[in-house]
Amino acid sequence: MNVVIVGCGRVGGFLAGLLDSEGHRVSVVDIASTTPARAERAWFQHLPSSFKGETILGDGTDLEVLRQAGIERADSLLALTEGDNRNLMAAQIAQKIFGVKQVIAKVNDPVRAQTYREMGINTFSRTTILGTLLQAMLQEDREVGEVLMRKALAHEAEMVHEPVKTPVKAR
Amino acid sequence: MYFVVAGAGEIGFHLSQALLEAGHEVTVIEADRRRANFVQEKLGSIVMNAPADEGRAQMEAGCSRADALIAVTGDDAKNLVICQLAKIRCGTPRVIARVNNPKNEIVFKTLGIDETISSTRVLMNVIEQELPSGGFMPLMSLAGSANELIEAEIAIGTPPAGKTVGSLRLPSGALVGGIIRKGKLLHADDDTKLEVGDRVMVFSPTASESEVRKALFG
Repeated sequence: MNVVIVGCGRVGGFLAGLLDSEGHRVSVVDIASTTPARAERAWFQHLPSSFKGETILGDGTDLEVLRQAGIERADSLLALTEGDNRNLMAAQIAQKIFGVKQVIAKVNDPVRAQTYREMGINTFSRTTILGTLLQAMLQEDREVGEVLMRKALAHEAEMVHEPVKTPVKAR
Repeated sequence: MYFVVAGAGEIGFHLSQALLEAGHEVTVIEADRRRANFVQEKLGSIVMNAPADEGRAQMEAGCSRADALIAVTGDDAKNLVICQLAKIRCGTPRVIARVNNPKNEIVFKTLGIDETISSTRVLMNVIEQELPSGGFMPLMSLAGSANELIEAEIAIGTPPAGKTVGSLRLPSGALVGGIIRKGKLLHADDDTKLEVGDRVMVFSPTASESEVRKALFG
């Protein structure tokens, strides 16, 4: 499967590593920030060192940047930046302009998440998913809480042994 | 008429002021408290201090009874979502988005926002009219191929003015897809005569762009 991930924060980096290790072709887009505070940090610091995919520095709502990331042959696009609006824009571009079959956008505002889901854009809200999971854990709801936690903890255990990628020096 | 303006930056502030002076009813939504206070001092209590990209703020601002919403923040993605939310959740009949990156005009149109304003584009148009080779605009590259769509305006004294489409010396692989004449889209075949002011839509291999320019401007 060819996957484009827009936004390489903790979630994006984690998922990119996971899919890459399963043998999928992954490219990751993260914005080149102009603020000095951000430029000091490495852009793709959350990727595991074993990551074999592509990293593209650029705006994930820019058609050219998305083309560079291989969106024209992508089977899926995941929009996982910190901005709900940017994620919704990237997801719509992928679905409506490039015809990507599977598109998922992280939208933390539940109202926006629901509105766009009704419009046919697959969204998920960290707010409601994490909230629901925590509630399930508190109530020891085995059906919801345990299965997910077991999987997540297994991934975490693998990550502990993973050496951290050497930070890319900001240009 | 009743207008909701999303974003009280320089454009939003002056736009709201102009609309008020023209006798319209205005609510301006601004997320930054200090900026909201400033605008309130200048324009009176027409300001709502809230994020305009949230459905609740739009409801409270009365987007469902507004004649139009104009999103003029400095963030294109935000303007897109503000307009889409107003259209879908509030049924605002007319939404207009400011586009900061002119490349996003076509993106917004594809995503259902019919009216966009790009200050960059407006300035470019003014400048281009002053230039002899003006009116030649590669609009977009076509997904999945090495082709692009070019819009070119037929100028006085250029080779195609008064000639037929068939007589254009376009490079191989390039074709005229249509003509916009006085705001109307016309079908173009080889016998269609080109007039000064026509906007010709040319599909062309991206590599042949300079040859298309030569065919149209000499």
